Amino acid sequence: MIDKEKITGKLSSQFPGIGMEATEYKGELTIKVPRQNIVEICHFLKDDPELSFILCEDITAVDWAKRTNRFTVVYHIFSISNKFRLCIKADVDESELNIDTVSSVWKTANWHERETYDMYGIKFNNHPDLRRMYLPEEFEYHPLRKDFPLMGIPGSLPLPSSGNTGGKK
Amino acid sequence: MQKLTKEDVHPKIVQALLADTDITIDDALENEMILNMGPQHPATHGVLRVLLRLDGETVNACVPELGYLHRGYEKMAENMGYQEFIPHTDRLDYLSPMANNVAWALAVEKLAGIEAPPRAQYIRMMVAELARIASHLIAMGSLAMDIGALTVFLWTMREREKILDIWDILCGARFTNSYTRIGGVANDIQPEALAKVKWFIGQYLENLDECERLLNSNRIFIERLENVGVISAKDAIDLGLTGPSLRGSGVEHDLRRATPYMFYNEMDFKVVTYNEGDSLARYFVRVEETRESIKIIQQILDKMPQGEIKANEPKKVLPYKGEVYSRMEELIHDFMLVNFGINPPVGEIYSAVENSKGELGFYLVSNGEGHPWKCKIRSPSMVNLQSLPHLTKGRMISDVVAIIGSLDPVMGEADK
Amino acid sequence: MGLEANLLKNDGIITTTFDAVIAWARKNSVWPMPMGISCCAIEMMASADPKYDIARFGSEVMRMTPRQCDLMIVAGTVTYKMSHVVKKIYDQMPDPKWVIAMGACTSSGGMYRSYSVVQGIDQFLPVDVYVAGCPPRPENLINALMQIQEKVGRSKARDYSDIAMPELKILQNN
Repeated sequence: MIDKEKITGKLSSQFPGIGMEATEYKGELTIKVPRQNIVEICHFLKDDPELSFILCEDITAVDWAKRTNRFTVVYHIFSISNKFRLCIKADVDESELNIDTVSSVWKTANWHERETYDMYGIKFNNHPDLRRMYLPEEFEYHPLRKDFPLMGIPGSLPLPSSGNTGGKK
Repeated sequence: MQKLTKEDVHPKIVQALLADTDITIDDALENEMILNMGPQHPATHGVLRVLLRLDGETVNACVPELGYLHRGYEKMAENMGYQEFIPHTDRLDYLSPMANNVAWALAVEKLAGIEAPPRAQYIRMMVAELARIASHLIAMGSLAMDIGALTVFLWTMREREKILDIWDILCGARFTNSYTRIGGVANDIQPEALAKVKWFIGQYLENLDECERLLNSNRIFIERLENVGVISAKDAIDLGLTGPSLRGSGVEHDLRRATPYMFYNEMDFKVVTYNEGDSLARYFVRVEETRESIKIIQQILDKMPQGEIKANEPKKVLPYKGEVYSRMEELIHDFMLVNFGINPPVGEIYSAVENSKGELGFYLVSNGEGHPWKCKIRSPSMVNLQSLPHLTKGRMISDVVAIIGSLDPVMGEADK
Repeated sequence: MGLEANLLKNDGIITTTFDAVIAWARKNSVWPMPMGISCCAIEMMASADPKYDIARFGSEVMRMTPRQCDLMIVAGTVTYKMSHVVKKIYDQMPDPKWVIAMGACTSSGGMYRSYSVVQGIDQFLPVDVYVAGCPPRPENLINALMQIQEKVGRSKARDYSDIAMPELKILQNN
């Protein structure tokens, strides 16, 4: 069985010198890592035979709407053999709005990162296929940012013309 | 007959379709065929667009395109209270609406730090299992209909109508019933509804056997589904599959056992797993899961305690309507909760339940106000659809229909 | 329909009898084209199953091809991305055609007041009957179908007299 001490112990012994903070809230463990080291940390968490976080459940981002470190990319991963869920976070600033992709670690990260790009505009370096997920490609904005209004920007999405064919009154 | 031009298919999608070759865009439109299985199609389980690159009848590459039902749930959740969002969660996986309500209520209760009373938890488990049966019935029926067996579809719809009748008596709506509340359920279960549940589970197993007799040893059904869309256990986990699609590949992972919620650790049921990993295995997993759900409902009916159905937390739980109209404190609490919200403490949680399609997770971030700062819905159908290019490579067009049917996506959930 | 209207331009006894017979035949065999997009599509499927049988009103089949239908039931939320597809399918249906806007989402955007949902399909389609409900019960949809049948029953040949008839070129063997 693994728990907070084991995971943080293994991570700090494998990656000494990288600043990581671990917090626990309502039974869930969250580890904050710097964004440059995200790929090697995820490789270690997946490949280590005791930890074996092989299922990546979710990747998303949070927009804090403040001046430094505006976005945080959040990864939820699960270990099937240990039945343990872990949350990893990495801060991304608006001036350098990119982070390395983890689709080389888990193939399912592909679509999750596309959705995060669509909604927030965070680019993922070395992503095999970075295009929008839900909105049409011609759409110019990123909806889930805090400065995008709920009703949208009029004219950003076109409607078909309302002329009907046939002699219907 | 018009050729597909660059206006119909965006160049980026065509690039993704040609990613593993060195054919250029103009070339491909001349030699191999790009077929558009459009959003309006009888067999794509909703508005799913699939672009296929075909060499004759064999699929060389496949790119699904989502977003035709993207309604902006996550943005709307940031602007409305936790109670107000419950009807929206109904429409996520609209084939099993009660289960989504239960998932949302559990997530908000975890964030706010309250717990529903035992009787409410048992009622929630019962409606969630009924929702699982309803969803699997449609999955079986529409898979059979896509293969060509129309009778089975009508028989499973007949069974599903009985479940919708139960929900009608329980809370007044057949479908998209927002039955759970933060802290409990909306109203107590009537004796009429309980009697109907007992009657339903008594006669369900023989009707299911009748449907199975038509299909299980039917040569056409088996030949169309056996070894079609095979995925190994390692690939399935890597691609993020959850739910019956994962258990059909031999991985015994069920959130009701792994991270138990409500009272599932007191229930005795089997996690159904098949090892072959093809569409037939996924179909059998769903049929067996309905049998296990009947067992669970029987145990719930035996064990259900008496008691309250809403938690006793006046600052966070909406009071009963009868008391709101006649007593002062409840009126004030109702006013405060509706206008200012439940104000959970600052923090964030991720809460996941085992839905009929897979793992439905809610990631909620709260900053102390009445509406969430961020709400992310981890929808199982979207992640399951990611495996479609892997499953359809090298198969024929008619197999694509069978594979989509065996993955059982619901576009309301996949597109959020 | 345009042929009689062009031949007999006024409301004589032949034209009104023609109108009555053709309208009666049309209204008892309205074939719907189910534009099933989301949750309302499930209730539309439920109105076709044996409990709420829609076939006894003449809607025997729900054809999936627009070329064989005369009634389009738009069931489900229409987003901006999907609206082009709906319009394309509507244009492919032959005249005369009618539209039912099923549910709150198609009538006015419903509970989705957000950036990607069209607030009512009457912004780009001419709608005949709006059905309220989220989702409307199958009996509600059958009521809407009966109202469409009444509307079809009142239609006359001169409503379609402005359709341009193609010139028939008769080939002669020389």
